[in-house]
Amino acid sequence: MLKPVNQKAWWLVLPVIICVAFSAILPLMTVVNYSVQDIISPERRVFVGTEWFVSVLRDEDLHAAMLRQLAYSFAVLAIEVPLGIALALAMPADGWRASATLVLVALSLLIPWNVVGTIWQIFGRSDIGLLGAALLAIGLDYSYTGNSTHAWLTVLAMDVWHWTPLVALLCYAGLRAIPEAFYQAARIDGASRLAVFRYIQLPKLRGVLMIAVLLRFMDSFMIYTEPFVLTGGGPGNATTFLSQYLTQKAVGQFDLGPAAAFSLIYFLIILLFCFVLYNWMQRVGTASAPATGDRGSA
Amino acid sequence: MARIQLDIAHSYRANPQQEADYALLPLRQTFEDGGAYALLGPSGCGKTTMLNIISGLVNPSQGTVRFDERDVTQLAPQQRNIAQVFQFPVVYDTMTVAQNLAFPLRNRGMNEAGVRARVSVIAEMLDLSGQLDQRAAGLSADQKQKISLGRGLVREDVGAVLFDEPLTVIDPHLKWQLRRKLKEIHRELRLTLIYVTHDQVEALTFADSVLVMARGRVVQSGSPSDLFERPAHRFVGHFIGSPGMNFVPIQLLKSTSGARVQGGAAVATIVPSQTMTLGIRPEYLRLGPIDEPGVLRARISRIQDLGSSWLLSARVDSQPAGGEECLLRVRLERSSAVPAEDEVVGLRILGPHTCFYDAQDQRIAPDQEGAARC
Amino acid sequence: MKEARWRNVFLTIYLIFALLPIYWMVNMSFRTNDDILSSFSFFPKQLTWANYAVIFTDPAWYSGYINSLIYVAINMVISVTVALPAAYAFSRYRFLGDRHVFFWLLTNRMTPPAIFLLPFFQLYSTVGLMDTHLAVALAHLVFNVPLAVWILEGFMSGIPREIDETAYIDGYTFPRFFLTIFLPLIKAGIGVTAFFCFMFSWVELLLARTLTSVDAKPIVATMTRTVSASGMDWAVLAAAGVLTIVPGAIVIWFVRHYIAKGFAMGRV
Repeated sequence: MLKPVNQKAWWLVLPVIICVAFSAILPLMTVVNYSVQDIISPERRVFVGTEWFVSVLRDEDLHAAMLRQLAYSFAVLAIEVPLGIALALAMPADGWRASATLVLVALSLLIPWNVVGTIWQIFGRSDIGLLGAALLAIGLDYSYTGNSTHAWLTVLAMDVWHWTPLVALLCYAGLRAIPEAFYQAARIDGASRLAVFRYIQLPKLRGVLMIAVLLRFMDSFMIYTEPFVLTGGGPGNATTFLSQYLTQKAVGQFDLGPAAAFSLIYFLIILLFCFVLYNWMQRVGTASAPATGDRGSA
Repeated sequence: MARIQLDIAHSYRANPQQEADYALLPLRQTFEDGGAYALLGPSGCGKTTMLNIISGLVNPSQGTVRFDERDVTQLAPQQRNIAQVFQFPVVYDTMTVAQNLAFPLRNRGMNEAGVRARVSVIAEMLDLSGQLDQRAAGLSADQKQKISLGRGLVREDVGAVLFDEPLTVIDPHLKWQLRRKLKEIHRELRLTLIYVTHDQVEALTFADSVLVMARGRVVQSGSPSDLFERPAHRFVGHFIGSPGMNFVPIQLLKSTSGARVQGGAAVATIVPSQTMTLGIRPEYLRLGPIDEPGVLRARISRIQDLGSSWLLSARVDSQPAGGEECLLRVRLERSSAVPAEDEVVGLRILGPHTCFYDAQDQRIAPDQEGAARC
Repeated sequence: MKEARWRNVFLTIYLIFALLPIYWMVNMSFRTNDDILSSFSFFPKQLTWANYAVIFTDPAWYSGYINSLIYVAINMVISVTVALPAAYAFSRYRFLGDRHVFFWLLTNRMTPPAIFLLPFFQLYSTVGLMDTHLAVALAHLVFNVPLAVWILEGFMSGIPREIDETAYIDGYTFPRFFLTIFLPLIKAGIGVTAFFCFMFSWVELLLARTLTSVDAKPIVATMTRTVSASGMDWAVLAAAGVLTIVPGAIVIWFVRHYIAKGFAMGRV
């Protein structure tokens, strides 16, 4: 199913480019500009080239924060994607139950992120929070402020609670887009429930899953507010992820040059990972037997 | 190989009160073993509902479905030995053509050697042998429909194949190829085939027996020529044919017990009912001398060149009592003499192919009190 | 069916998990600060409406909601409207640079908002749009438009091109085809896109706070100011949090039919 070439399609894309470009290109130029200068004062700027970039990349603490971040993002994806798919499959497809479930599932997405952190702060305390008190009652010595592992798990639980509905909603919409005829044909073919999932639902969810995985990856990679409010990065720097680390450095130094350099490096790292992930997912989708012109999207 | 008997009614609502609540009004229908049937009708007439009841995707709210005398009403589709082809191709994208065709067999636990043999037989029949190792996702729509069909045929115990408007997304120039392929398969395998469509050309060329449906009932069932020559209901006359039948309202003359046809020409037959309609197909309407009995005066309003024939539109000259203007269509062979536009001609409406319809739009049977027509 | 029962059990367990922290927030919203910090109680022992009263009577609070609603609505409408034709183009045609433009759009979504902070500040100051709803609405286009294009393109690509072609053969003009045939088929995608645009714009803090001061101050900014001399005002914050959920819940209620109906192929 080859797409025809049509240069006039540019007209359809133009509004989008206008909206995004004036927002994106100018700022980016500005940031690049700052990142290669030492701005001692508005009048005195010295061109320092790649000095900031080098010092940032050599920073050992940065490497540690990066590893923590990668572990976190990986854990987030490993839990939220299967859970989201399972949730989408479990949600009713029609009737008042569908509407009610949709609203209930979507609630956690709507809470401002600092409030999310705040709620879990209280929620997790053994003295006044439901979660803390419950764990204490079972006999667990739970403390997200004192114990690194507990802090990690709490931050993870908070993220899963907060963001799984995103995956679930995307998959749910994707499932609704599968025509009934496919399920009917599968029944006639005598397919088992597992076969229906494997050969009909999962392939048709490929598009939305790619969106969900990339979105969750980049958002978890940039995560700042929620863990910051909940644990402040601690205990120690156990839950200090990349964005918090870079912000600490930038705010601490109060210097536009290094701050801009940090921002750019951060952006480039995400860009690199997403680029790789994106292409890998495209290839996986169109791989296996000799394809005859089947293209993924874009 | 299955003889299907329906004795059902169906409503999608829980408590149907009136006729309008029923998708299928109570009916009895038999599909003979090995026959090729078409369910023809406009959208919403209930043909897809009937198909789904036969296949088991829908349970009729009343009545029973029998396959070869066996009551299958409560059985699921996979237990009825049927196959269904849908409006758009349903294939498993991630599998190859061969894997697609093998899927139903593998689900039933057939051994590998048997599966491979059967798949190659069916692929051969459908001209898919060359694509067996290609991924199904990359094929064209008509090839995908063949795969859908193949998945149905691959099971040797299949008794009936049901089609739900299968040519909808196929390119026009490929439609006839697929239709021909279906007829070939029918001849070879002698399965019962039931084909739902709203396209009369498809129905009339594919089926041995066509069921015309409207608003939940089967209005007429019979061979294509039956439907064309002797439509049992005004609806059938109107729906079949391109363009459909011409209808002329007529009145009964009281004293002479004949019928006056609008326009004044008296008719030398005795027809018993009060308000009636006369029907004649454009293909059978002929030009004739004006003022002869059985010929109507009309003025040509439009002449269309259809390539293989001419299509004339004519307005009947004189006004009926309180009726609307009557527009008749005439189809003439390419070789005939064609009148000019705006010319007044005579149209012979009485002939061996004329049919009469009563006030309920049912056809009046020929031998009533000496009427020697139809 | 055994399978249906497992699904319901799983769904119930998840919903309990999902709603417990929210219940806790509701719980907190009906108590005083002292009460929250001193004792643990599953149900508020002394119910108080004082926190909600604060929000409904103090203009600093309720204007925050109104401001947020305004710029989020503007942004949602622009994002979806502009994204629809672009998504169609990406889905149906190939053109010069299409894959690169698409990926460039994605990069805007994956950019940390912090990058845009200073430049946006300078830009909007210069054109005199500081502290307006429009500024925030436009600024949020940076991440919402790419997301909208991305999701819509995915759903559009799921519709076979034969439908477009059949419509043209039947004599539809492009606008009529797009509005009466195509859009209904991708209802689920539109519903989900609209909701996500709403959501991401509603919760965005950095840009919204930087570009506004008084007139257009959003609720998210107001909620970060709940620290006073006596410490954090948990109770009012909780009440505000509960109220924040309401607009979003209404949005998803409105689009529920879009998301849940899905692919109604009908007779083409």
